[in-house]
Amino acid sequence: MSADRALRDPLDDLTREQIEAALAAQQGRPGPLLQVLHDVQNRLGYVPPAAIPLIAEVLNLSRADVHGVVTFYHHFRQAPVGRHVIQLCQAEACRSMHCEKLTEHVQRKLGVELHGTTADGRYTLEPVYCLGNCACSPAVMIDGELHGRVTPDAFDALIAPLS
Amino acid sequence: MNIKVYVPRDATALSLGAGRVAAAIEREAQRRGLRAQLVRNGSRGLFWLEPLVEVATAEGRHAYGPVTVQDVPSLFDAGFLEGKAHPLHLGPTEEIKELKSQQRLTFARVGIIDPVSVDDYVAHGGYAGLKRALAMSPGEIVDAVTQSGLRGRGGAAFPTGIKWKTVLDQPPQQKYVTCNADEGDSGTFADRMLMEGDPLMLIEGMTIAGIAVGATQGYIYLRAEYPHAHRALNEAIAAARASGYLGSNVLGSGKQFELEVRLGAGAYICGEETSMLESLEGKRGEVRVRPPLPAIKGLFGRPTIVNNVISLASVPVILAKGADFYKDFGTGKSRGTIPLQLAGNIKHGGLIERAFGLTLRELIYDYGVGSASGREIRAVQVGGPLGAYIPASQFDTAIDYEALSAIGALLGHGGVVVFDDTVDMAGMARYAMEFCAKESCGKCTPCRIGSTRGVELMDRVLANVDRERNLQLVEELCDTMLHGSLCGLGGMTPFPVQSALKYFPEDFRKTVQ
Repeated sequence: MSADRALRDPLDDLTREQIEAALAAQQGRPGPLLQVLHDVQNRLGYVPPAAIPLIAEVLNLSRADVHGVVTFYHHFRQAPVGRHVIQLCQAEACRSMHCEKLTEHVQRKLGVELHGTTADGRYTLEPVYCLGNCACSPAVMIDGELHGRVTPDAFDALIAPLS
Repeated sequence: MNIKVYVPRDATALSLGAGRVAAAIEREAQRRGLRAQLVRNGSRGLFWLEPLVEVATAEGRHAYGPVTVQDVPSLFDAGFLEGKAHPLHLGPTEEIKELKSQQRLTFARVGIIDPVSVDDYVAHGGYAGLKRALAMSPGEIVDAVTQSGLRGRGGAAFPTGIKWKTVLDQPPQQKYVTCNADEGDSGTFADRMLMEGDPLMLIEGMTIAGIAVGATQGYIYLRAEYPHAHRALNEAIAAARASGYLGSNVLGSGKQFELEVRLGAGAYICGEETSMLESLEGKRGEVRVRPPLPAIKGLFGRPTIVNNVISLASVPVILAKGADFYKDFGTGKSRGTIPLQLAGNIKHGGLIERAFGLTLRELIYDYGVGSASGREIRAVQVGGPLGAYIPASQFDTAIDYEALSAIGALLGHGGVVVFDDTVDMAGMARYAMEFCAKESCGKCTPCRIGSTRGVELMDRVLANVDRERNLQLVEELCDTMLHGSLCGLGGMTPFPVQSALKYFPEDFRKTVQ
């Protein structure tokens, strides 16, 4: 689906309600766009391209403004996400403990590259640049839960209950 | 008898199983019909001992660690609730060597108190600074901060008092206090630990700042990667508001100060102050041209204090104990204490708060006890992804702003990442360019395009394609980025690259397999 087509796609009622609720929660606050997008993503798992005109209209911004913000920040996703989000730290402290090897293991194990979602929609794999757990590298976050000193075996044990 | 048991809620402790240990202790106490009150404290910062469980005894707190869920029944059997012996017993917490030798001012309460209890905070000396500040004139508060010699702990090391004075001197209008909690440097976690372990200290520091310069609204710009800190801050703000320490009438003084946490969205550049302000306004985090300084035209075009978490959290102790007390720590132009973060390939990693002047060698070997892998330590990177790589031959350098600057390095936010002899420094130089390419806001061409060209050049160097000529181009590119970028991302990405080239040239000239 082209981006243009996505923008014209109507939002279903449920999605529209969620976006309107996110907008209402920030009503009256100055410069609320980032916080609205966070709320939308928390509710829907991503920021649907079709949400952009609605958000722009309510916040009195141009579509380009909103699109510009959504695409500037790594955190905001524009496509649906897997049931479990796995973030692998790639920054220096984790590199000093050879996180590249862990990343290779995880990609092989799940059969998906960084930034991808497995075909069954179970896992989304994302790189992340520092989780603040740098004295216990390599660090991994799974569905918002932080894990330290993650070896390939430890990773397998962590995802066993998820599969 | 209600015995207090402490199990940290700190993200690192949780990442090592503290949450499960806390639940197991609760279950086991219940099963045995014992009454124990579980307190979820911050971390003491001795991460090789986490999860570190403490018990309050008549003779002070005793520590056990690292505790796993499997250890819990045996701890009860041994009588750990009375501080009795067990293979994991570490003795009185305050006597642990690596903790005892620290000089904790900013982290004085972290790991000790319940982070979101105003009563606990006040019982441990909290809000003494705000009370003194409320009895002072705005000018006197700013003078105290200036006199203390406090310099911005975020990385730029600009004198905090001078920033405040500039905001104070602007005509009365809506002013803001913003806290930069976008701690994106790899190897740093002091802000996170403080926000999770003693968030009220940051809140107090921001309140004092607001009262000093006449700002009624504060924002904490927190990175989205810190969900635990987010929860702790919001709980602490609610508790402070409920107790009258925040709101329309702070402690009955008639002064107003409100505080809100706003989340970033995974952009390293938003740790740069003008980019952070753009992001707080809900925009793309593109760097602004200075002047005007944020102190004159900052958030929403108004005079704004922008300080790092540790800078703001250092303010309460300066006000409570006086500028001279704080200034007496440290050396030369680096006054006070610095919370160092020892990270990466290190055996005893964690947080070490000391007066300026400790050497890298003391930090890495006395506190850190060498590499985690047991191999030789080859390099450290100080100050995050934009900091220089320092070779073992320079480990006797003192950790202060001037001494590090003299060897072409920088202290930044105080993170020290350790690498053993398996590190490929050419790979790390390539990574520095790659990181810059990913995180560039796009405003300046040398940073936006240069970083991508830098990755390509490094790939050619690594593949031994016209190697010496491409290394020469890397040097020239670094020079262009250094001089042609508005902010530190483009302007400092050359530091790790150039230092790797200078001290580890052999890594750039390996035979291609």
